[in-house]
Amino acid sequence: MTIFDEKQIKELKQERERWEKTTLPKWLEQCKECKSEFRNHSGMLIKRLYTPEDVKDLDYMRDLGFPGEYPFTRGVHATMYRGRLWTMRMFAGFGTAADTNKRFKYLLKEGESGLSTAFDYPTIMGYDSDHPMAKGEVGVCGVAISSLQDMEVLFDGIPLDKVTTSMTINGPAPILLAMYVAVGDKQGVPRTKIGGTTQNDNLKEFFAQKLCIFPPKPSVKLTTDVIEYCARHLPKWNPVSISGYHIREAGATALQELAFTLYDGIAYVESTLERGLKVDEFAHRLSFFFASHNDFFEEIAKFRAARRLWARIMKERFKAKNPRSMWMRMHVQTSGCTLTAQQPLNNIVRTTIQALAAVLGGTQSLHTNSFDEALCLPTEESVRVALRTQQIIAYESGVANTVDPLGGSYYVEELTNEMEEKAMEYIQKIDDMGGAIAAIEKGFFQKEIADSAYKYQREVDEKKRIIVGCNEYTIEEEKCPIELLRVDPKVEKEQVARLQKLKRERDNRKVKETLEKLHYAAEKDENLMPTIIEAVKAYATLGEITDVLRKVYGEYKELIII
Amino acid sequence: MQSKKKIRVLIAKPGLDSHDRGAKVVARALRDAGMEVIYTGLRQTPEQIVETALQEDVDVIGLSILSGAHKALFPRIMELLSQKGLTDVMVFAGGIIPEEDIAELKKIGIKEIFGPGTPTETIIKYVLENVPERA
Repeated sequence: MTIFDEKQIKELKQERERWEKTTLPKWLEQCKECKSEFRNHSGMLIKRLYTPEDVKDLDYMRDLGFPGEYPFTRGVHATMYRGRLWTMRMFAGFGTAADTNKRFKYLLKEGESGLSTAFDYPTIMGYDSDHPMAKGEVGVCGVAISSLQDMEVLFDGIPLDKVTTSMTINGPAPILLAMYVAVGDKQGVPRTKIGGTTQNDNLKEFFAQKLCIFPPKPSVKLTTDVIEYCARHLPKWNPVSISGYHIREAGATALQELAFTLYDGIAYVESTLERGLKVDEFAHRLSFFFASHNDFFEEIAKFRAARRLWARIMKERFKAKNPRSMWMRMHVQTSGCTLTAQQPLNNIVRTTIQALAAVLGGTQSLHTNSFDEALCLPTEESVRVALRTQQIIAYESGVANTVDPLGGSYYVEELTNEMEEKAMEYIQKIDDMGGAIAAIEKGFFQKEIADSAYKYQREVDEKKRIIVGCNEYTIEEEKCPIELLRVDPKVEKEQVARLQKLKRERDNRKVKETLEKLHYAAEKDENLMPTIIEAVKAYATLGEITDVLRKVYGEYKELIII
Repeated sequence: MQSKKKIRVLIAKPGLDSHDRGAKVVARALRDAGMEVIYTGLRQTPEQIVETALQEDVDVIGLSILSGAHKALFPRIMELLSQKGLTDVMVFAGGIIPEEDIAELKKIGIKEIFGPGTPTETIIKYVLENVPERA
């Protein structure tokens, strides 16, 4: 059902040409346009004006449809935020489990609606806090979790059947999920009731976040183990959050973020189908994670295109039948890499614009960055302002009152179409290369992202892109006007002491047994979730479990591309 | 015209931090400015970095870190450089390094710290002007 008929478009074309000949030249003469061409971050040429001519082929039912119905361009829920606001899920974690538990409770008290955990680098890399590589890093960029004991402290007093928790963890995702399940078991919460998300997106690690432990194949195997286990035992858990965020932060354009993320999604669907699961048994639990940058309309178009494209991929490529398998549910984070160390309060404004784009793009969940993030970890004050930004958008701006308010904008619809079309070209290209792992091994993603990052920096250096307060409107001799959060170095000492005490006092024979069992299961290529749950319950540590897997799978060696 | 030896720069990422966007952009910018650039890749220990600097006979080392572990790792690197007699190598750093740590890092011999938002030209210019004269 196209909206415009050919005759009307023809008449409109004549009117536009008339306008271009009569009205426009006078204006251009008086006021020259400030650039010879306007482009968005993805490199798309932006026209002066959009009219129905630009979307003349838009078929309302095929391309937009109604919210809550295929292809979900206008939202996965029929009433969107009128029924329920997005989940306000602030990323938090630093110091010990006790420090982070305090921050979690603070955020819940201030009105956030879901938890999101940042782990420190040793945890992310599968090292215990007392590992030599962990020196200087314990609790610094996130919370240190080495064993179930830490996890128990992290969720002390937080009922797991009442909140959902997102965990930004990839290589060791099965281990952290096992610990979460164990905490739930101890709290007496049935496994069918615990809800949340493990990031567990190992593919993007190889070309974006670069926190890889194992080589690509076993990494995808572990991701798939979690997907399979959740499909069978944890019906409310999102086993993977297919993440464009890090792809974008590493320097990709919005378009590359969209295309590469969807491709990773395709790869996980394929690997899970190979296990023998049916697409409708697990696809409804796949979730996505995107970044939102400053180019407002480019971002909105990206989110809308992402939903439509994923729905089409699921229906056409994977023959999903259940509409929920075609839903792209997404979490969005405003962009850390757009925040400046200069004049940090300006970051509140950037974050507001980015958050607004995410909401207008129809996200299910949102993290807003704190204004001091180019300088340090967020303080209580800065994280509160970031949360308040979401609350102001939700309760004061009125944008949540109607579904997909920008649907039908000639500009947004045209950009949405262009995003979808160009993302499909990338997907085709990666298909031709032989899929995601082949593309990683060829360095394709890495090169594309490094090139975009460099191009962007050149544009900033040459002032083709203005970054307010950074390369223009700067202040001489700027003094940092804000208080910074520092993690006390004594955190590391305390954490190491606690861990070593645990290692002395636990039943070490049982630990050894469970680790041997895990080794055997890994060699047999079994789904490792059940044995990992057993091991964490015996208080085997994250590092010990990862070491077993390192022995079986080997370690990844980075492909260096600059 | 006398041909000048190319400036050799090692760009290194110590610690576990995986944010390599800045390090790679700087590496490429220095290379485009005509220098020989060696990039170590991620997660290098202080020992590995100093060993590479020695093997590659570099004039300059650029350290990049965003995780906050600089206070633990930079002093160790400077100590090892001095132990190996690489005292004529110029070391600069970049990343997320709080203002209040800068004086301390300069005291141990790091010549300059470039925060987020530094144009690559500034770094290129700094290296060209401060590269040590070597025989």
